[in-house]
Amino acid sequence: MVESKQQWKAWLYLAPAIVLLLVFTVWPIINTVAMAFMEDYSGLANIGGEASFRFGIGNFTKVAQNAEFQQALTNTILLCLITVPVSTVLALLIAVALNAIKPLQKALQTIFFLPYVTNSIAIGMVFAAMFNVIGSVGTRRPLISSYGIVNDIIRFFGGNWVNWINSGSDYWANMFVLIVYIVWNALPFKILILLGGLTSINKQYYEAAKVDSTPRWRVLTKITVPLLSPMLAYVVITGFIGGFKEYTSIVGIFGESMGPVHDAHRLNTMVGLIYDSLASNNQGRASAAALILFGIILVVTLINLWVSKKRVHY
Amino acid sequence: MSQNTMQVMHARDMQKTSGRQKISKALSLAGVYLFLLIMAAIVLFPFYWMIISSLKSLAEYRLSPPTFWPTQVLISNYADAFTTASLGVLFKNTMIVGVVSTLLSLVITIFTAFAFARLEFKGKELLFAALLATMMIPGELFTITNFATVTNLGWRNTYTVLIVPFLVSVFYIYLLRQNFLQIPNELYLAAKVDGTSDMKYLWKVMVPLALPTLISITILKMMGAWNSYIWPRLVANDEAHRLITNGLRNAFTDTTGDVNYPVQMAAVALVSAPLFLVFVFLRKYIMSGVSRSGIKG
Repeated sequence: MVESKQQWKAWLYLAPAIVLLLVFTVWPIINTVAMAFMEDYSGLANIGGEASFRFGIGNFTKVAQNAEFQQALTNTILLCLITVPVSTVLALLIAVALNAIKPLQKALQTIFFLPYVTNSIAIGMVFAAMFNVIGSVGTRRPLISSYGIVNDIIRFFGGNWVNWINSGSDYWANMFVLIVYIVWNALPFKILILLGGLTSINKQYYEAAKVDSTPRWRVLTKITVPLLSPMLAYVVITGFIGGFKEYTSIVGIFGESMGPVHDAHRLNTMVGLIYDSLASNNQGRASAAALILFGIILVVTLINLWVSKKRVHY
Repeated sequence: MSQNTMQVMHARDMQKTSGRQKISKALSLAGVYLFLLIMAAIVLFPFYWMIISSLKSLAEYRLSPPTFWPTQVLISNYADAFTTASLGVLFKNTMIVGVVSTLLSLVITIFTAFAFARLEFKGKELLFAALLATMMIPGELFTITNFATVTNLGWRNTYTVLIVPFLVSVFYIYLLRQNFLQIPNELYLAAKVDGTSDMKYLWKVMVPLALPTLISITILKMMGAWNSYIWPRLVANDEAHRLITNGLRNAFTDTTGDVNYPVQMAAVALVSAPLFLVFVFLRKYIMSGVSRSGIKG
């Protein structure tokens, strides 16, 4: 009697969450998978007319053959493969350095966390301003009034200015700006996690190394990194998952056009492509692209877990 | 005996090399500080550039080489930015969505976490595992169907569409349940003996004890509303309901070329300011929430 009352009450507590999850989480999983396999189908009822569609893998083949999709996939993978290792190594060095000092530690820690509490569109606009060249860039004889602060610094050290993001800019110049911004954005979280891991490492290891007067570099690679490997695996995996979903950083720097003026959409990513398909009412293709993205993230995560199982010391 | 000899030898060694060691130690410490200060300068530079650019006149901004402090401080850029991007409406919309969705989300999270932490019912473990499994799926997959759902419900361009679909966060439920589980069961049983109702126990005992977690959730949820871009752009991009991030991007569509950057940077600074204020006062909660979550906003 009491037990059945308890049961009934528990479901009452759960009810709001369950209802919302059924509508906005469970149903989407079923429906999105179904839509991915329905060709020429739109999920919007108000589109009018009896929907005619057939089942098949047409959406997947169309997506995979789409040149824009291939470009987006390439961009996403390149950004991931470059930004994740770079930001992880930098974050590791900064965390180790922070862990080695006493005065200023708290202040510096706060500074390094600052990029986390920013709006990625807003600060993307600041990065665009820093790399932007004002003048007739991309013409045969450019007339420049302002090179932008980054180019000014390069010129100060005697280098040549670069057309980073303006019309006529190079693909890799664009990518460089994106990489700098994404790494800048990814550092705080990684530093926070790694520093948390470092403070929990037993000090005896370092004292033993000191007695043996082990060089700093060996201490880092032979003691710190292995003992920190669970945290490193964690930031690499979350880094890859976040990296494959990269989108707003590019909108911040290049705007909705997702590329420099002369070649819009050149820097589109997987997520950007999904939303483009959605905006053009192609739910089937958006679903197929989302499932492909999910598949990639799953495979990459499994590979990461498999590698860390062999390498991580717990 | 042998240990003693070792110690003596070790001490003698230390004396011999201590001078050299001290110097090399000081040098490497200086190197560590130099590295950290350079990195900190790089991290801070965009913020510095945003602020000084927002105070310059357009003519001064166009100077090359640039000035590193505005020769003439123009506060009026901020007024221009406020009107150009109609930031007033955007702030209002974002606050409404942020506050309402945070409050509702907290209530739902508290109830759900309580059921999973303290109540007994059939299939509890299975249901919880199923919830956790949904965390692996990228949000984009939900968005596609949710877009159709809210369109068919006629929710487009309302506050509802910005609030309801994201009220339940499995991650927050997980976080709070873990916190609730740490509260000793004896307290619950004692309250039961005293005839305290579950509801009263939840609000009078558990919620106050889990306050730090609830504050972390509140901050992350508010930051989420402040930074959300993709979903609002899809479903509520009309003047009346537009949120801050969309408004900012909409008001300044051009990022390259001869844009009025001082005003643009003033708008960016205004949008960033509330986040910084929250960070300054509630750093502890943000950092502890983030280190457990691993998600942005």
